[in-house]
Amino acid sequence: MLGKLSWSAIPFDQPIPLIAGAVVVLLMLGALALVLAKGWMPYLWKEWITSVDHKRLGIMYVLLGLLMLLRGFIDAIMMRAQQAVAYHAQGYLPPEHYNQVFSAHGTIMVLFAAMPLVIGLMNFVVPLQLGVRDVAFPTLNSVSFWLTATGALLVNISLVVGEFARTGWLPYPPLSELRYSPGVGVDYYLWAVQISGIGTLLTGINFVTTILKIRAPGMTYMRMPMFSWTALASCLLILAAFPVLTATLAMLTLDRYLGFHFFTNEAGGNAMMFMNLIWAWGHPEVYILVLPAFGIYSEVISTFSGKPLFGYRSMVAATLFICVVSFMTWLHHFFTMGAGGDVNAAFGISTSIIAVGTGVKIYNWLFTMYGGRIRFTTPMLWSMGFLTTFITGGLTGVLLAVPPADFILHNSMFLVAHFHHVIVAGVVFALLAGIEFWWPKAFGYRLHEGWGKATFWFSIVGFYVTFMPMYVVGILGMTRRLQHYDVAEWHWWLQISSVGVLILIVAAGCQVAQLLVSYIRREELKDITGDPWNGRTLEWVTTSPPPVYNFAVLPQVIDTEYYWELKQRAFEQARLSEEPKYEAIEMPRNSPTGFVCAFFATIIGFALIWHIWWLMIVGLIGAYATFVVFAWRDVPEYMIPADEVAQQDRARRAARQHILNTGEVAWQ
Amino acid sequence: MIFIRRVGRRVLPCFCVLAAGLLPSLAQADSILEPVGPVGKGDALIMMDALVIMLAIVIPTMIATLGFAWWYRASNTRAVYRPDFTYSGKIELVVWSIPTLTIFFLGGVIWIGSHTLDPFTPIPSAAKPLEIEAVSFDWKWLFIYPEQNVATVNQLVVPVGRPLHFRITSASVFNVFFVPRLGSMIYAMNGMVSQLNLRADKPGKYLGFSAHFSGDGFPDMRFDPVAVPAAQFANWANGVKGAQLDRNALGQLLKQSRAVKPYAYRGVDPALFDAIAARRVAPGEGPEGGRGGAEGRNVMPHGGAP
Repeated sequence: MLGKLSWSAIPFDQPIPLIAGAVVVLLMLGALALVLAKGWMPYLWKEWITSVDHKRLGIMYVLLGLLMLLRGFIDAIMMRAQQAVAYHAQGYLPPEHYNQVFSAHGTIMVLFAAMPLVIGLMNFVVPLQLGVRDVAFPTLNSVSFWLTATGALLVNISLVVGEFARTGWLPYPPLSELRYSPGVGVDYYLWAVQISGIGTLLTGINFVTTILKIRAPGMTYMRMPMFSWTALASCLLILAAFPVLTATLAMLTLDRYLGFHFFTNEAGGNAMMFMNLIWAWGHPEVYILVLPAFGIYSEVISTFSGKPLFGYRSMVAATLFICVVSFMTWLHHFFTMGAGGDVNAAFGISTSIIAVGTGVKIYNWLFTMYGGRIRFTTPMLWSMGFLTTFITGGLTGVLLAVPPADFILHNSMFLVAHFHHVIVAGVVFALLAGIEFWWPKAFGYRLHEGWGKATFWFSIVGFYVTFMPMYVVGILGMTRRLQHYDVAEWHWWLQISSVGVLILIVAAGCQVAQLLVSYIRREELKDITGDPWNGRTLEWVTTSPPPVYNFAVLPQVIDTEYYWELKQRAFEQARLSEEPKYEAIEMPRNSPTGFVCAFFATIIGFALIWHIWWLMIVGLIGAYATFVVFAWRDVPEYMIPADEVAQQDRARRAARQHILNTGEVAWQ
Repeated sequence: MIFIRRVGRRVLPCFCVLAAGLLPSLAQADSILEPVGPVGKGDALIMMDALVIMLAIVIPTMIATLGFAWWYRASNTRAVYRPDFTYSGKIELVVWSIPTLTIFFLGGVIWIGSHTLDPFTPIPSAAKPLEIEAVSFDWKWLFIYPEQNVATVNQLVVPVGRPLHFRITSASVFNVFFVPRLGSMIYAMNGMVSQLNLRADKPGKYLGFSAHFSGDGFPDMRFDPVAVPAAQFANWANGVKGAQLDRNALGQLLKQSRAVKPYAYRGVDPALFDAIAARRVAPGEGPEGGRGGAEGRNVMPHGGAP
């Protein structure tokens, strides 16, 4: 009846996951009780859960990403604590638990923290930057989000029901095959990643379509803001890479569920093939994350230097260059498999060629600052932290791309230090900068600068104290994923690293405090103008937060930095442009399709993990029925009358006129 | 400002002292920067070459970044604001060529290094290499010395100065054979034979382990190699005592076991390694059932010696 599920699936003998799980469940029940008691449910359902507005979905993506970032960070704290004490000892985590922790840390951080944060910012910003009202397929967008949430939910269910994979964040066979991993851990991984992977692929389709087909009149490719360009490059990579992931994991699933032999030790299976295929997705995945991050830095550095982006065309070229070359480097993840000199050299060179594109970008940011008037706000500090840190992170990356050097550094703590160096400084700093930068646009008030700067300084110090010792222990020969060790030279470096984590905990505390303090003091931090940073791109034209339709009248773009030019002209002439003629606006209706689909997807995933076949069939029927109901809907859109649009836009124009009259601007 | 300068004056010396303290520690016992053989030396040399080549552009770039950011701060009234300086063909030419030229140079280093230090390439030497067959099991290493007709578990003894030719495979999941101070590592994979050529030029005991996660017993897959003079190696090989390594003994090795104490076999079935590599032997048995998985066999908790 319940497949493999029984009471023995709950780890009653392990206090740590049990307590953690109990706390999470209590918090969720508490939140639900609060929502029900306060009568917020109808509001949540109407305005958020069923919303197909790209801005709302973007905010929910970011919220999911931040929660998962916290969860992944807790895993990291556990790992550092274990390695700090497991010298000539077993530490406090037995291998079967420690191995789950590092596997969950990697999976969550890449797929359920970084990806939702990147996609969340793309969701919120791209349609605004392109000067349009929504993405190409709004309901599909909601489906994407809720499927991603399903994946995150399944990973977290594994904390208390069953176990998570103990194979590392990429489940290399034969270790991940049924023979060596008979538990449900790998199955949780497979179905969580597959379901959220579908969501990500749909996002890729949605955004490529949006950026290629739906832009404001006059917004030619060479007038698109840099963040939109990088979003396009990232989504093209998603389109090309995620099907590879889906196919690879499907083959592993067939091995585990139906006795196939793609990657097994027996019957001619070839596990090396898995490594090739998974990295054919895995390496582009790095660029799926980092290209939009580069886009965020481009916007931030240009805005706070008070200059257009230097060498815009060159930046576009470098982005597309990285986009293409990122598909030609995957083999550098296993130089030590013995592919031979020719193959290793070819992939070593192709990998270091990527550094050309990145180098060009660094220099262009440098010359964007040159001759600028730089305001060191929190987003700009993150960007400075990125520029100085990322260069050395890239350096260690190119070092690892040199095959003979990789022969002594592969899989070492040096490698662990390297990829955290580039992902934390490259992606996480960008996401925090982006959240800081676009927060006023999303919520109508700025975040508190003091707490933001405290977060930055604790983060950057904590980052160096945590990860530099890892480079050292890597050079001292330490390999990754050790549950215990007995080499004295490693011990105190790992202890320094755990001190770094303490500093990062303070940073995380400051970040939470910043959000709370800013919310409490939202009236004094209020952004009345809609343009709190003296911005340059179209998202700053509209109010903060923008109306559901984004722009009362779609902007007629005539230049690269159209909004900046418009603003300068308004200042010169001390008046706004003519009031446009307002028309009624057609917007997509809310739809519970995404939420209901994800509900059934969760059931399908859980049933497949535990082999509860009848439940899986119920889930499939439910999901299909949802699709049919959605496909047969009668009224997909609703109208917002011209009067309402006019009234709201006149209020916005009045606020702007007030600035022109008084000369009071928030950014000075 | 004064505050920052004062802090800078104090922090900078501290930083220098710290850095000076760090560098020698990198030359500690099992550092890859203290190689004891030609392969390790070659790997480390190429790594340092690549590092220096890149530092040549990374350091100026870092200085320029901090310098530009500092000089063009909004409060600096002496800095010239040039909001229209957004393109310069000459600068674009330079920023594309500097990384490109660096990569050209580095590409040459990569090409030559990948070929000369390919793990399969024999070390040029008058002496005939010592043949060693290495097999990774869950979770221990087996080393077969076919010429000496002995085999060891979790113990590797090698003669100083004589090239070593390893043939490596796995009887279960992936592992990586790695001795940091000897140099290059390589994967041990079921159904495949990788080769590795190494040489130890100094007697001593070194760190040796699996450098690829392989499951619960992974941290204990240690085989700390001992390099001894040739005569002593011959004595050791002649004096090894132990049971016969036949299909029965292999059956024991295929069961999962953790933290296995080193032991030896005398008398080795010469076809054993190839039988494992060609998958004529069933692969290693899996673990006891994972949570939610099928009930399975029990793990021998410590030691697996028959």
